[in-house]
Amino acid sequence: MSTTNLEVESLPAADSIVHPKKLVNDFTIQVATVNGSGSQSANGILLRSIFRMGVPVSGKNLFPSNIAGLPTWFLIRANRDGWVARKSHVDLLIAMNPETVLDDIRKLPAGGAAIYDEIFPIGDRRADVVYYPVPFDQLVAATGAEMKVRKLIKNMVYVGVAAQLLSIDMKGLESIVRQQFAKKVAVADLNWKAVQLGFDYAASKLTKQDGLVVEPMSATQGKIIIDGNAACAMGAMFAGVTVVSWYPITPSTSVVEDLIKYMKKYRVEKDGRATFAIVQAEDELAAIGMVLGAGWAGARSMTATSGPGISLMAEFAGLGYFAEIPGVIFDVQRTGPSTGLPTRTQQCDIAFISGLSHGDTKHVMLLPGSVKECFEHGIEAFDLAEMLQTPVFVLTDLDFGMNNWMSEPFEYPENPINRGKVLNAKQLEELGEFARYKDVDGDGIPYRTLPGTNHPKAAYFTRGTGKNEKALYSERPEDYAYNMERLARKFETAKTLVPKPVLNGTGKEKIGIIAFGSSDPAVMESRDQLRREARIETDYLRLRAYPFTQEVSDFVARHETIYVVEQNRDGQMLNLLKTDLDASEATKLHSVTYFAGLPLEARVVTEAITTYEGARK
Amino acid sequence: MATSPVSSTPTRTNQIGLEILDYRGSKSTLCAGCGHNAISERLVEAFYEMGVAPEQVMKMSGIGCSSKSPAYFMSRSFSFNSVHGRMPSVATGALLANKTMRSIGISGDGDTASIGLGQFMHLLRRNLPIIYVVEDNGVYGLTKGQFSATADIGSKLKTGVVNDMQPIDICALAIQMGATFVGRSFSGDKKQLSTMLKAAIAHKGTVLLDIISPCVTFNDHEGSTKSYKYMKEHDEAVNETGFIAPFEDITVEYDSNTTVDVQLHDGSHLRLRKLHEDYAPTNKTGAISMLTESHDKGEVLTGVFYVNPEGMDFVTRLNMIDEPLAIAPEARVRPGREVLAGLMQELA
Repeated sequence: MSTTNLEVESLPAADSIVHPKKLVNDFTIQVATVNGSGSQSANGILLRSIFRMGVPVSGKNLFPSNIAGLPTWFLIRANRDGWVARKSHVDLLIAMNPETVLDDIRKLPAGGAAIYDEIFPIGDRRADVVYYPVPFDQLVAATGAEMKVRKLIKNMVYVGVAAQLLSIDMKGLESIVRQQFAKKVAVADLNWKAVQLGFDYAASKLTKQDGLVVEPMSATQGKIIIDGNAACAMGAMFAGVTVVSWYPITPSTSVVEDLIKYMKKYRVEKDGRATFAIVQAEDELAAIGMVLGAGWAGARSMTATSGPGISLMAEFAGLGYFAEIPGVIFDVQRTGPSTGLPTRTQQCDIAFISGLSHGDTKHVMLLPGSVKECFEHGIEAFDLAEMLQTPVFVLTDLDFGMNNWMSEPFEYPENPINRGKVLNAKQLEELGEFARYKDVDGDGIPYRTLPGTNHPKAAYFTRGTGKNEKALYSERPEDYAYNMERLARKFETAKTLVPKPVLNGTGKEKIGIIAFGSSDPAVMESRDQLRREARIETDYLRLRAYPFTQEVSDFVARHETIYVVEQNRDGQMLNLLKTDLDASEATKLHSVTYFAGLPLEARVVTEAITTYEGARK
Repeated sequence: MATSPVSSTPTRTNQIGLEILDYRGSKSTLCAGCGHNAISERLVEAFYEMGVAPEQVMKMSGIGCSSKSPAYFMSRSFSFNSVHGRMPSVATGALLANKTMRSIGISGDGDTASIGLGQFMHLLRRNLPIIYVVEDNGVYGLTKGQFSATADIGSKLKTGVVNDMQPIDICALAIQMGATFVGRSFSGDKKQLSTMLKAAIAHKGTVLLDIISPCVTFNDHEGSTKSYKYMKEHDEAVNETGFIAPFEDITVEYDSNTTVDVQLHDGSHLRLRKLHEDYAPTNKTGAISMLTESHDKGEVLTGVFYVNPEGMDFVTRLNMIDEPLAIAPEARVRPGREVLAGLMQELA
């Protein structure tokens, strides 16, 4: 990726007519609306119209935990170099919320531009900001829209105004609008008319005074736009999930809602019968209970939840570990408990999940670092859960889950489904005996049978801890110790099966960065900033799973200083790493955290590292 | 188990060729005389007599003395001793994975009516096809004698503590929440319990059986309302239960004016002898008010209170393929390449 990202910062403060300097395919639009005003389709259309012109783009919804009435912001970042992390520097504001308009304009950096409703009393104008007043109500009335839909149509007017100001291709825009409202021609016509009226108004009445332009590129060719929850859902479907039990919780809800859509379309057979069961449970306790019941009986089972749901699942998660039952739990992470900030993103469940439940418990976690990996890990998690006979957690977060991401198209899984060590009646007959918890192969993973296996020796008794290798009740200390040591061995085996971390950089630098999940785009951009602004070269290891594989300790050993970047207060991943590493190695780790609930920004990482490196010199 | 002396009589088998020994479990570790052991024995007989293959049965339980008992019957059946009060969800998941299996849940009054009330209600509401047995002694055994939510008002613990709160009537609750076969029996009533269990096996949908099972250690003393002595004195059968399995030629003595036949899912009949003239086993409201009245009178009603063989069970409702989801092959659960290609096209 090239290095042309600093122009905005280096612009001189302008007078009343602001900077004429062109900013091609490198700017951030902030749409300020009221929650519940239906701006989501309009924002999606605007985003996609830039994407269709071949320009890398991302969309982030910064929204309140509320159905209607509170302020919400949608960020669209277009960047020709492909940087798609959140950027707080706004170039173009579309101010549609009278409650926040003054504040939104006040926060604009010098050189910014604002499209706003001309009826808003905005007071004195700033000299260093371009103002584009638009008579939205008149334009909406001109569309002939009925009163009840005018609020929605207003959003399409700003799409038109922005399209004109940014030179967005109208042909492409029309096809996106028509695709979006494909079900009803009349609705599509009305929306398109609103876009056109906005466009025409801007063309005839506004004078372009900012330098923002979208010019066609070919950087998005063949790419898709999708959110992480839909990607997880798709992964689960292609993994062959059969039993799903869930309880709605923001921000994970759309994982299962999307899954239901896909399954109804692609997993119902010709006679109308489903190759799946999806149950909305009474709570998360029941959701995980059903997942384990189904996993025990042989289904590929899953649930999707967020932090508070994980808390409720703790007891069952431990049972799943001890009783060795497969199941997949998608955790779309968000900030803290109860009513609070359920619509804000964090990576804050790592420490909790790694040992979720009482007793000596350890869990396998997958950490997708892109929406594509949400899909891929979504598939892999089911294989791992059955191969390892244990619950597997896939940790994404709200930033992945509910925001729009550009991605390479997903690839069809090449490996057949791996169902792990399951004995059927014929194999039992040949073996003559079967001990459920015996380590036959030395990898800590025993063999299991499924209920319904038609053999007198197939059945076994499943319980938590007190058992011997034949699954008979036992309170003998030797039996307990044998089982616990075998479980520890199994966790060692997991290290050889989970996705390996990804190395970025030469591998020969002195400074290393360790990060994971949705921090990836910000870390990648930050490395670029560090190189250009402070001449700091870094290697970057992106973790993809816990337990940590050999590559992780090798990476730490090879570097003098390691920055562990994560989105939580206490450096949870850093602490997990410390537990695994030699004490002498652990002192190399330094924490870079961001935990305010918005998606991570490159600048945060860059500043933390330059400050620390400066202090070291 | 004692081996029988040399004999020329052929071993008795059921209609699928299994002996009663094939239905035995491990030796019980519960207290001698515990009502739960008697229930385990009746379960062995019922499954044997109904000719159910033990490999086709899943025994599910929560935590408690009752929940340990699946180890003491039918060792050839798969069994899952899960967590306290949460067996209903585990049983639900297991049946979704393999709808061809039969499921029996063994729970206790604490496991069901105290910690597990939430999941229990939803199991009933879903009409999950399971025989859900509550081995009800009104007391926590494994933690040595605290009250559960089914303890009667005025009943006394060994320590002298008297319960002053209303008990939960599991049967009334089950009828209201949607269970389609609801009855109560007594662990010591061999005939009634056996008949009821066999009828339960023939039913498709949630069978809730509240079986009063006195705790010989913590709740079988003067002042307990779930002791053997109390039950013998206060047990009033609401109906005499006769059961005719489709493969058994049993005739039951009955008076045509006072009996009601209920056809069960597998074609067999459950015959209830009405002792109360105004009681019909298919009337929800009648059943609930009868149970309420019996409480007021201090009686423990036993019998089958409510049967609805028509209710759609949860597994049927989900319209799944005939084969167990658990063993559906890859070709049926992983859509083809063209599906992914199409989805990618839509997102481009």
